[in-house]
Amino acid sequence: MNARPAAVATGSPTRPDTAGRLFVAGAGAGHEAHLAAYGPAPSSGTDLIRELELSGLTGRGGAAFPVWRKLAATAAGRRPVVIGNGAEGEPRSRKDATLVQHAPHLVVDGLLAAADAVRASRVYLYVRSGSGTPIRRALAERPDGGRVRVVVAPHTFVSGEAGAVVNAVGQGVALPTDRLHRLSETGLDGRPTLVHNVETLAHLGLVARYGGSWFRGAGTLEDPGTRLVTVSGDLPAGGVLEIPGGTRVADVLAACGTGPVAAVLVGGYHGAWLPAAEVDARLSPSGRAVPGAGVLIALGPGRCGLHLTAQIVRYLAGQSAGQCGPCRFGLPALAGAVGELAGRPAVGTEGRVRRLATTVAGRGACHHPDGTSRLVLSALDAFADDVAAHATGRCVAGGRP
Amino acid sequence: MNRTGLHVDWTRCDGRGLCVELLPDLLGRDEWGYPLPHRSTPGRLLTEVPPGSVADAEQAVALCPLLALTLTTEAAT
Ligand code: SF4
Ligand code: SF4
Repeated sequence: MNARPAAVATGSPTRPDTAGRLFVAGAGAGHEAHLAAYGPAPSSGTDLIRELELSGLTGRGGAAFPVWRKLAATAAGRRPVVIGNGAEGEPRSRKDATLVQHAPHLVVDGLLAAADAVRASRVYLYVRSGSGTPIRRALAERPDGGRVRVVVAPHTFVSGEAGAVVNAVGQGVALPTDRLHRLSETGLDGRPTLVHNVETLAHLGLVARYGGSWFRGAGTLEDPGTRLVTVSGDLPAGGVLEIPGGTRVADVLAACGTGPVAAVLVGGYHGAWLPAAEVDARLSPSGRAVPGAGVLIALGPGRCGLHLTAQIVRYLAGQSAGQCGPCRFGLPALAGAVGELAGRPAVGTEGRVRRLATTVAGRGACHHPDGTSRLVLSALDAFADDVAAHATGRCVAGGRP
Repeated sequence: MNRTGLHVDWTRCDGRGLCVELLPDLLGRDEWGYPLPHRSTPGRLLTEVPPGSVADAEQAVALCPLLALTLTTEAAT
């Protein structure tokens, strides 16, 4: 899957226009191409936190928290640590790997700018094994590359959860830990710790150069700037796209050549199903179609959404780190019940699904149970007709439950 | 007036339910025995603890065999 930058490199250092910003330096860009496209690295004198507040940039790893706030909170502590997170545990997501492959210097610029802004004493990049080579190559090309230590993430769903990231970098164990306090108060070795997704850092690297109001030149008031999405499922050409914030889901699908769909899973395996009637919704952290980490999965007409949901929940149950009882026992039970719903449900199966999904939510050291619960409850809503049909032994998707 | 909350470290709790016995007004159990608050609380808390239950909650914290419970206080806004 290749990135499809919406803009081409201009050759001279200019502020990228609003359409595409992150891949302006071209495919597999080295440091020279990067500098030619974006100009010199931002100087650390500017008030980055203020510009970030102006920009409205939110986290691109899933939680959509205002970036400036996390920086401000971390900067208030002593000898902070900054970690760039490219673990991308979401199986259908490719955006972070694509970004690290084609725009590694933008990520490193952002990482170092964030580190300078909070006066960090240590800086890490945590990436999947496939991203280790491009990122090390990029670091070796830069005079300031020696400041960054690279840590490789295992291929598990929860490896990118912020607590697991800190645990992996500190102890080599990519498992979430119990957290009573925010990482900005106490994280790696008890120090204030800033964990940002690598796409967030790439945008941050641009805000550091061109400022907060430039960032707002793309996207909407609610979702300023651009964001990366990974589109997959029943469509002719999926992949990673850079889109302006607030783009309609239908327009993203159209850009991938998709015809009518039965539904779209927005936000990945911890996301929510959007029924066909609502695909005009705009992607926005506060709206009906919450992008999360930018994963969109199209469900073609004639495909059973309950069946796909059951497969995903079974996978998610298997990815429970098994540390927390309600997650360890609740998710397999939920997977079993959703599996029944996708096949031949008994009287009461739907009620049991709803009860289990509600019971597990919020009861783990990380958000894995909450996200799984959200997915399941959204499926009950979006596929209510299918649930009713399955109960009578039919499947509205065309006989194949 | 401070608000008291009860936090559980789910990675420690083994679900044998001593806290449920000590705090029946606040906690029930799920089908595997793990404490399930009667009223769910957003954020990192298992449940909020009303003033009348603080003493019982302190006891639960002290008696939890796996040291999984913590009381938190936060100034009411
Ligand atoms: S909630 Fe589940 S996935 Fe998260 S730490 Fe606990 S057992 Fe692991
Ligand atoms: S007493 Fe402790 S270990 Fe037992 S159920 Fe309560 S929190 Fe869990």
